[in-house]
Amino acid sequence: MTDSADIDENTAATSRRRFLCKSGALVGGAVIAGGLAGSEALGASESADNLPPNVPEWMKTPGDPMGSQPYGTPSPFEKGVIKNIPKNLSQYLSASGRTPLQDLDGIITPSGLFYERHHAGVPTIDPAQHRLMLHGLVDKSLIFTMDDIRRFPSESRIHFLECSGNPSYKKPYGKTASDLVGLLSCAEWTGVSLKLVLQEAGLQAGAKWVVAEGADAAGLTRSIPIEKCLDDAMLVYSQNGERLRPQQGYPLRLLLPGFEGNMNVKWLRRLRVAAEPTYSREETSKYTDLMPDGSARDFTFYMEAKSIITRPSGGQRLSTPGFHEISGIAWSGHGKIRGVDVSVDDGKSWQEAQLQEPVLTRALTRFRLPWHWDGQPAVIQSRATDETGYVQPTLAELLAVRGENYYYHNNAIWPWRIAAGGEVTNANA
Amino acid sequence: MPMRELSIAAFAVVALASATSAQAQSPYGIGRSATPAEIAGWNIDVDRYGNNLPPGSGSVSHGHEVFDQQCAACHGAKGEGGVGDRLVGGQGTLATPKPVRTVGSYWPYAPTLFDYIRRAMPQNAPQSLSDDDVYAVSAYILNLNGLLPADATLDAKTLSAIKMPNRNMFVSDPRPDVKNPACMMGC
Repeated sequence: MTDSADIDENTAATSRRRFLCKSGALVGGAVIAGGLAGSEALGASESADNLPPNVPEWMKTPGDPMGSQPYGTPSPFEKGVIKNIPKNLSQYLSASGRTPLQDLDGIITPSGLFYERHHAGVPTIDPAQHRLMLHGLVDKSLIFTMDDIRRFPSESRIHFLECSGNPSYKKPYGKTASDLVGLLSCAEWTGVSLKLVLQEAGLQAGAKWVVAEGADAAGLTRSIPIEKCLDDAMLVYSQNGERLRPQQGYPLRLLLPGFEGNMNVKWLRRLRVAAEPTYSREETSKYTDLMPDGSARDFTFYMEAKSIITRPSGGQRLSTPGFHEISGIAWSGHGKIRGVDVSVDDGKSWQEAQLQEPVLTRALTRFRLPWHWDGQPAVIQSRATDETGYVQPTLAELLAVRGENYYYHNNAIWPWRIAAGGEVTNANA
Repeated sequence: MPMRELSIAAFAVVALASATSAQAQSPYGIGRSATPAEIAGWNIDVDRYGNNLPPGSGSVSHGHEVFDQQCAACHGAKGEGGVGDRLVGGQGTLATPKPVRTVGSYWPYAPTLFDYIRRAMPQNAPQSLSDDDVYAVSAYILNLNGLLPADATLDAKTLSAIKMPNRNMFVSDPRPDVKNPACMMGC
């Protein structure tokens, strides 16, 4: 690691620096991390050739011509900002990859960094051969092509999506924000209200649930209460303006804002309207919450209010005392974020953070707090409150009620410890 | 309200009204009818009562053979787990610090086993087993868990009749269940 003035050193910056060394590029630390206090100091191995008063080399020759990238990708200097995929898993067909939350700004997750969880790999589906079947307790069973689906009145909304196991209640806890809660992303979704599609078939008396099935090799199946289907559920074909990525369910997925990720069935091919849930494997043996007394909660749909500081956060480093903005994200499956409190003294006192507009229902909300770090060890953490008045709990409060084996729906406050040298680590680890 | 929004709102009201007053009429006329044969080909859902289980049957002994060929590589020779989930044992562990969640210890409904194996297993070739083979493998896994005798044969009726040990241990969602007093000063 160089002794440059990067404010937040992290693994991504480290790998970017390796790239720079390999490619022989000569770039100051300020360019890599964005300039804050003292950002003009240089690493020992770096040259000043491109810095004032010299004219940088990229001004002395034309850049890449139009068409060099028919589909644009990030700068090569950002190549370390990638999905956080666990190493050495025994298999990768039923697995997950996390969003690098600590490297992102704002509330929208780039589609290429959106978290992934599949149960039998990612199918390659030709949209011309994909069909959605709607049957069961309806007046008229229907089959839709993708062109049919796109003929319905469309709408676009911004919502987060979060895996229910994000993270576990048991040690070892992760090192970075991504390790901890990276099974979380947020996008603008475009599609058709599920209510409109159900009305097209006509719901019959006794229609209480809709069983959704994916066209993947798991035929993943979940049951959704009819109230949600007639409220804000969507059939989604686009994400952040372009068609869904295959990893997100191309060409069609279910979106249930605020409900655990697994229910937002990808590669959606069938909706069966029923009087009862189907009690599929995913909603009985998985995605149920084991209590200390051996009982288990089932059909635990909502993701409760939660927040995390993403900057500074685990794996990063504050290079110098002085001004630092604390920034993070908050969200709730029950609606809008009402407020976020931040503590910089290990929970002894809390102050209200500023919420960045827009504050949207069931979407990520960015919060900020200006902070002067005095260079002393500190513990920082955030606590979200949603519009229902629900307050994000501590891990201790959760464990006292649910125990360590609950596994899902851990929405604990997550504190970061800042050492005198500026290193940021997980304070619960 | 601007004229355009007004007309959109008016259309929405009309569409909604027609949807509720005459449910058989499709508001948008989009999509085509699904035939019973198309539905039967795709609808392989089996619920907790065993509704929609197909004809056919399979014995524990045949299930043992199918399991050895199709399942043991991932789930272990006796369902003890490996790359795939552990399937056997764990009864009595759910309230301990190290719960073992298996078909025998945790799954509330036996027909779910058929539903899941048929749609998703084996992982390298889902929906490749015959219905008879799925009944047989289900029988063998239940036998390994002490829930079916070694000489048993399963069909729709007998599978639906099995009462799983953990069936009554599921409760509905009571959340919010944890309260943070939201202290601001002197915490």
